[in-house]
Amino acid sequence: MKYIAVRTVQLLLAASMAVTTAHAAENKVVIGDIDDMSGLYADVIGPGGVEAAKMAIEDFGGSALGNKIEFMVSDHQNKPDVGAQKFREWADRDGVTMILGGSNTGVSLAMNNVAKEKKIPFIAIGAAGASLTGKDCTPYTVHYVYDTTALGNGTAKTMVKQGGKTWFFLTADYAFGTQLQESASKVVEANGGKVVGAVRVPLSTSDFSSYLLQAQNAGAHVLGLANAGNDFTNSIKAADEFGIARTMKPAALLAFISDIHSLGLKTAQGLYLTTGWYWDLNDKTRAFAKRYYEKTKREPTMNQAGYYSATMTYLNAVKAAGSTNSEKVMAELKKMKIDDMFTSNGKIRADGLMEHEMYIMQVKKPEESKQPWDYYKLVQTMSGEEAFGKLSDSACPVVAH
Amino acid sequence: MISWPNLVSQLFNGLALGALLALISSGLTIIYGTLGVLNLAHGAMFMIGGYAGFVAYQYTESFILAVIAGSLFVMLLGVLMERVIIRHFYHRPHEDQLLVTFGLGICFVELVRLIFSSQSQLVPPPALFQGITNLGFMFYPTYRLAVVGIVAVALGALFIVLYRTRLGMIVRAGIEDSVMVDSLGINVYRVFMVVFGIGAMAAGFAGIVNAPVVSLTPGIGDDILVQTFVVVVIGGVGSFPGAILGGLIAGEIISVTSMFNPGYAYVMLFAAMTLVLVVRPHGLLGVQGRE
Repeated sequence: MKYIAVRTVQLLLAASMAVTTAHAAENKVVIGDIDDMSGLYADVIGPGGVEAAKMAIEDFGGSALGNKIEFMVSDHQNKPDVGAQKFREWADRDGVTMILGGSNTGVSLAMNNVAKEKKIPFIAIGAAGASLTGKDCTPYTVHYVYDTTALGNGTAKTMVKQGGKTWFFLTADYAFGTQLQESASKVVEANGGKVVGAVRVPLSTSDFSSYLLQAQNAGAHVLGLANAGNDFTNSIKAADEFGIARTMKPAALLAFISDIHSLGLKTAQGLYLTTGWYWDLNDKTRAFAKRYYEKTKREPTMNQAGYYSATMTYLNAVKAAGSTNSEKVMAELKKMKIDDMFTSNGKIRADGLMEHEMYIMQVKKPEESKQPWDYYKLVQTMSGEEAFGKLSDSACPVVAH
Repeated sequence: MISWPNLVSQLFNGLALGALLALISSGLTIIYGTLGVLNLAHGAMFMIGGYAGFVAYQYTESFILAVIAGSLFVMLLGVLMERVIIRHFYHRPHEDQLLVTFGLGICFVELVRLIFSSQSQLVPPPALFQGITNLGFMFYPTYRLAVVGIVAVALGALFIVLYRTRLGMIVRAGIEDSVMVDSLGINVYRVFMVVFGIGAMAAGFAGIVNAPVVSLTPGIGDDILVQTFVVVVIGGVGSFPGAILGGLIAGEIISVTSMFNPGYAYVMLFAAMTLVLVVRPHGLLGVQGRE
């Protein structure tokens, strides 16, 4: 029995090695998706992102460079070591040619290092930290849907202009939250406002009562929420419960349509937020959303739409380059103009940032909503440069100023 | 950020948190005390209580019915778990008991995720308790105040069952010396089943009562499991009054530490547990009974 078991393992090992060599030999597109599939961000990207990427591969025809496109998925569980390890494993063993990295700046920063080391294109979606294409940039990183700079420029500026001069932040206690708070604070202060306090809340907290009591006592106009996913919905829910709206206005620095859907318009109405995409912007967004809805029974979030767009953009770059060679594909990516269901004028800058329009939205009142998922009204469209800043200001060392 | 009004409001908030922890922990502690099984699926029971209540609320729009349905569902689940799985582990090593309950917990969480997805679900507080109350030194959500009362009533009911009924007497005797109870001709296995059901129900009840103050996600029980475990160790394993005291202490530690540095809330909690283990290895109100 023991002999049989040993033989089986040996056989399996031999078989997997044979497959690996086969991969390396062919010019095959292998896309890996490393994302939060079960934690606090799973709802805003996770399995819905997988669905969107699969749609893109299918729409592309299912094969590239004469080979079937492979797609692999893994859950990073919001642990940087898990994400980096999976990236490395896929790079060494499975010949992965591009990684889609979903959500969590901490994990994406760890994966960024692997991208640089293994020289494999890495498209970060959902992680907001602007340092991914700033001081931590690599020649292989693309940052797709939004970053902390754009989010701060959107919501914070709007709130200060509307009289929200003093701010108290509830901040997710890791790279994402701190970068978001920092960029929002800069915008607040540049526009004549002031930050009176902040509390750093551990990731994935379910009860925000202690923090809201502190916010209540801080005496600020605006409650800046530098968090996302379930942390965001939990804090808005608690803010509603504690009657924060009597004295303060909550500001959503990163909110998704799925969050608003969970909260309901009654709780979320009036909230300002910044988004990179909305299903009801134009005919192209509506057409994509309709197809996505048929598969998932939900409207896509900006991240899930970004997953589709990024996958398609990458496949187009591979086609144009006629190769999966990282240098060639990156060169194509940085040359392309992105005009699809996600954006009409997107471009990937030298520092890796995908510059595109961003939208400042306000959540509708229940009576203004005409149909299910009709949640946002457009307040202002920001040009790519207005939202993300100028390339000449980029802190990315790869860019020669 | 440290000021008197802030400290007082955090102390009060700690009481509300602690009451809830006390209720969940009392379930965990009576199960351990009686059956000798540390139920690592207890957090999942809490979560399932919330979801069962959520489903009942969807159909009936009544919070009271949701609470009843949620509690009963988890109690039945507990009884079923004990009958089908747990009872085969009474005479197995502790490691096996831990593994099987841990595994069951994971299965429950993933099953709920399969059915409801990771999307967070909301249960609104009952109409009677909506809004906020001005306590003079702060504004506090009315429902959270009500939770303290609801939990106190539930703990009172548990107290009566444990200290004023024949079943309770057997359970308490079983915690002290189950072999003796067995040899007195009492069918301990039937008692075990009932206790497991009641213990699970305490968690399920807390799950649905807690649902209006958080958004429900399949992972909601994971944190709670760790906290209740600490509460039980602080209070004394198997001790019902210990669970209440431990719950209140843990609630205050979490709430007050959050005022200084939320990142240290757990550190302080575990520091307190370590301290208790050094000074009183059986917990604050624990007795040297089982093992």
